[in-house]
Amino acid sequence: MTIALPAQAAERAKFKLDYTVPVLAGFAAVLCVLVVLPVSWLIYYSVTIGDPASNVRVFTLAHFYTLFTDPAFVNPLLTTITVAVSSSVLCCAVAAPMGWLVARTDMPFRRTVRLLVTASFVTPPFLGAVAWEILAAPNSGLLNQLYRFVTGAPQDEHLFNIYSLSGLIFVITCYTFPYVFVLVANALDRIPADMEEASAMLGAGTWRTARRVTIPLALPALLAGILIAFLQAMILFGSPAILALPAGFHTMTTKIWSLFQYPPQPELAAAASLPLLVVTVMLLRAQHTILGRKGYTVLGGKNADPRLIKLGWLAVPAMTFVVAVISLPLFLPYFALFNAAFSPIATTLVTPANATLHNIYFTFVELSSTQLALNNTFILGAASATLGTVLALVIGYATARQAVTGHRVLGFLATAPIAIPGIVLGVGLFLSYTRPPLVLYGTLWVLLIAYVTIELPAAYQQLQSAFRAVNPELEDASRILGATRLQTLRRITAPLLRTNVLATWCFIFVSTIRELSAAIMLFTSETKVVSVLIFDLKESGELGAISVLGLSMLVLTFAVVIGVNRMPGFGGTRLRNT
Amino acid sequence: MKSFKFSRRDLLIGSGALAAGATFSTRVLSAAPPASAITPQLIEAAKKEGKVVWYTSVDLPLAERIAKSFKDKYPGVDCRVERTGAERVFQRIGQEYGSNIRAVDVVNSSDAAHLIVWKNQGWLAPFVPEDVAKHFPAEHKDADGTFASFRVFLCPMGYNTNLVKAEEAPKSFADLLDPKWTGKIVKAHPSYSGTILTATFQTSRDLGWEFFEKLAKQKIMQVQSATDPPKKLALGERAVMVDGIEYGMFQLKEKGNPVEIIYPSEGTPLIVGPNAVFKEAPNPNAARLLQSFMFSAECQQLAIDHGGLRSAHALTKEKAGRKPLSQIKLMKDDAAAVEKQSAEIKARYTQIFKV
Repeated sequence: MTIALPAQAAERAKFKLDYTVPVLAGFAAVLCVLVVLPVSWLIYYSVTIGDPASNVRVFTLAHFYTLFTDPAFVNPLLTTITVAVSSSVLCCAVAAPMGWLVARTDMPFRRTVRLLVTASFVTPPFLGAVAWEILAAPNSGLLNQLYRFVTGAPQDEHLFNIYSLSGLIFVITCYTFPYVFVLVANALDRIPADMEEASAMLGAGTWRTARRVTIPLALPALLAGILIAFLQAMILFGSPAILALPAGFHTMTTKIWSLFQYPPQPELAAAASLPLLVVTVMLLRAQHTILGRKGYTVLGGKNADPRLIKLGWLAVPAMTFVVAVISLPLFLPYFALFNAAFSPIATTLVTPANATLHNIYFTFVELSSTQLALNNTFILGAASATLGTVLALVIGYATARQAVTGHRVLGFLATAPIAIPGIVLGVGLFLSYTRPPLVLYGTLWVLLIAYVTIELPAAYQQLQSAFRAVNPELEDASRILGATRLQTLRRITAPLLRTNVLATWCFIFVSTIRELSAAIMLFTSETKVVSVLIFDLKESGELGAISVLGLSMLVLTFAVVIGVNRMPGFGGTRLRNT
Repeated sequence: MKSFKFSRRDLLIGSGALAAGATFSTRVLSAAPPASAITPQLIEAAKKEGKVVWYTSVDLPLAERIAKSFKDKYPGVDCRVERTGAERVFQRIGQEYGSNIRAVDVVNSSDAAHLIVWKNQGWLAPFVPEDVAKHFPAEHKDADGTFASFRVFLCPMGYNTNLVKAEEAPKSFADLLDPKWTGKIVKAHPSYSGTILTATFQTSRDLGWEFFEKLAKQKIMQVQSATDPPKKLALGERAVMVDGIEYGMFQLKEKGNPVEIIYPSEGTPLIVGPNAVFKEAPNPNAARLLQSFMFSAECQQLAIDHGGLRSAHALTKEKAGRKPLSQIKLMKDDAAAVEKQSAEIKARYTQIFKV
């Protein structure tokens, strides 16, 4: 047997072509088109200026000079950094303990908590920002009305002012912390009991084991979480557009967006986006250095279920903490949206006497863009999720297993879009696809490209860290038995990671529906999506219609996510990884 | 009706040599086509196309209401409303035309200067609905028949009657600079709204930019659309608005919301929103049918009664309980000047208000 095996493998290799290299090369080419093309246009625009007389573009550094000297750009840059740092720190402070409580303790309603956090992730940040306007606008906000009612404070006093820097940081954190939570909780799920048992056998107590074994093993996920939280806060457009502009300040994304209002200044916008790219590259390098070569392989061929820490009486404060946290992105905003959906005026409490169906009638009967936008959104969501997952899976595999030379470049290309604010990517794509050979502007294709490009980094990070957690021994066994890399990926690795794959699909689907900033640059009247429609409604103050549209969009999203999770062959009803 | 917006003479007087030359040449080369009635053939051809797309900055519920009354009158022709701020509509159409996308059939803008630009680019179809020829005064239609004033309205100030007593309400733009209004004012944005761009032009011309520089120190709440400040007043989010649509205020007030209009003593900005059919409209017949419908006395009266707009149509009546236009001190509009200063106004505004 031992002698026959290699011979057999050699024999198979003779008859089968290994498509690994050409297929991966193909993916690399796709990535290049997705990423390099728009970025090249951006860089080109950032260092050139059109000469109106000769229609020739000439080299200049004037845009960068403006960027770093004009307070109109320096202030938004500082604001953005403040927002991103504060919100990523807050995210971790909240998400890490919550993830641990849910994954490693016997706290009651753990699954419900996961579901609820998922629900808050599904909420588009701009919808959350609108809901928080209804809750905490200084004068009309429901919470401020309650405060004045309870304390008898005069009309112009308020408890919260959502139109402020701290208000913005708060709302961004509300809708970014699920990223960190999911990463941490999933990482903790994967830590097998045997390591903890080893620690226990060697005499460590429960807490000591948690501190010395569990937490260090979850650290890569936490770091990845901080990174994603930081970058999300940095590139978010909807929330600052809704909360910062009324207060009279810009972040980089809203500043860049304002540069595309008439008359558009794409050169300055391109230049303004490059610092964000540099920051991101530096952060990714830092993450790489910190994690280094430490082995964090925790999913082997044989695993035991994790041990749960018994909380005892601590379950009460733990539950209180969790409920309080979840109420901020979820219970309170949804209460506000439901109220606004049935109220004649968004900030008036609905009573049986004043309840109205007018907003629902308006949204679904009178509003002529609703149907079109819903169709476009769901077609794009499903298509982007499928394409994005396949791309992320293959690239994640290639880099985690270092399958081809140049896998680092692949990894970089897949991660790079995270540094490009959606709105700037939108312009890059606009510049790329409004000219031959590929005239895609005005079609759903250009939005599909935008969505896949934008969601690829997070999808790739998720699947790549999942690959890292799978011990290659299982794949090695498959390869030794004669399978090619692609066969192994399809038959061994992908099934092992099916919950991750499914989670990634749902993740992209949901993120696509949440996406606003690229869509707002790329839509035309025929390719409008729901997020753009909501933003349109927001700018003219149609809070009732926004609430109805937002709530129905979420119902449909949940229907799709739950439907996909129940699909036979996809691991039954497990939702915990989404 | 005290508007001179579209008289060619004014355009020529108000324009510099270059712009005047351009206007002059269009005058020589073309003249308004004969008036077109709504014929059974037009309706039939429109039904064959089956749909029409209207790009507009009219407040969304009103725009959809107008579209609905069109669909009710001509079943089989769907009308989709593409609503955003006039400055965005302008950018959108420019972007789409620059990429060879022909999606817009009929356009309405609250920044009348846009029509001048589109006309000079040769994008507008000369088409004069019967009602425009018969019932609209010369200053409310383009001499070459490419556009006419679909709507006329004002951009007044206003306040929430629960938060401010009538006798304490500001009476003029200058009153808003009183420290007691700090943090209580809402204002819309000229980079989004054609109404506000036009109003900012008139206000800065008559009061000087110092007014805005002082206003910026009042910690205003900056919203985008001119349709939003009235809604923010109704919510009780801010006590006073600097600018916003008069027709929205009428609608809210008549529905029982605690809002009241202020026509400032310095004069109230006058806004004219013309409609036009695009030469390369994908649904040319439906576009002409919609354009004809929108200038009919029926639709104009609907816009007045339901929407709170004013109309240049001779057969329409102002609604009782609203201050007639003739009794209001107006600022003078000047679309040609707006066209030339538009970019500068936006830049200066952004510099002053930081957003």
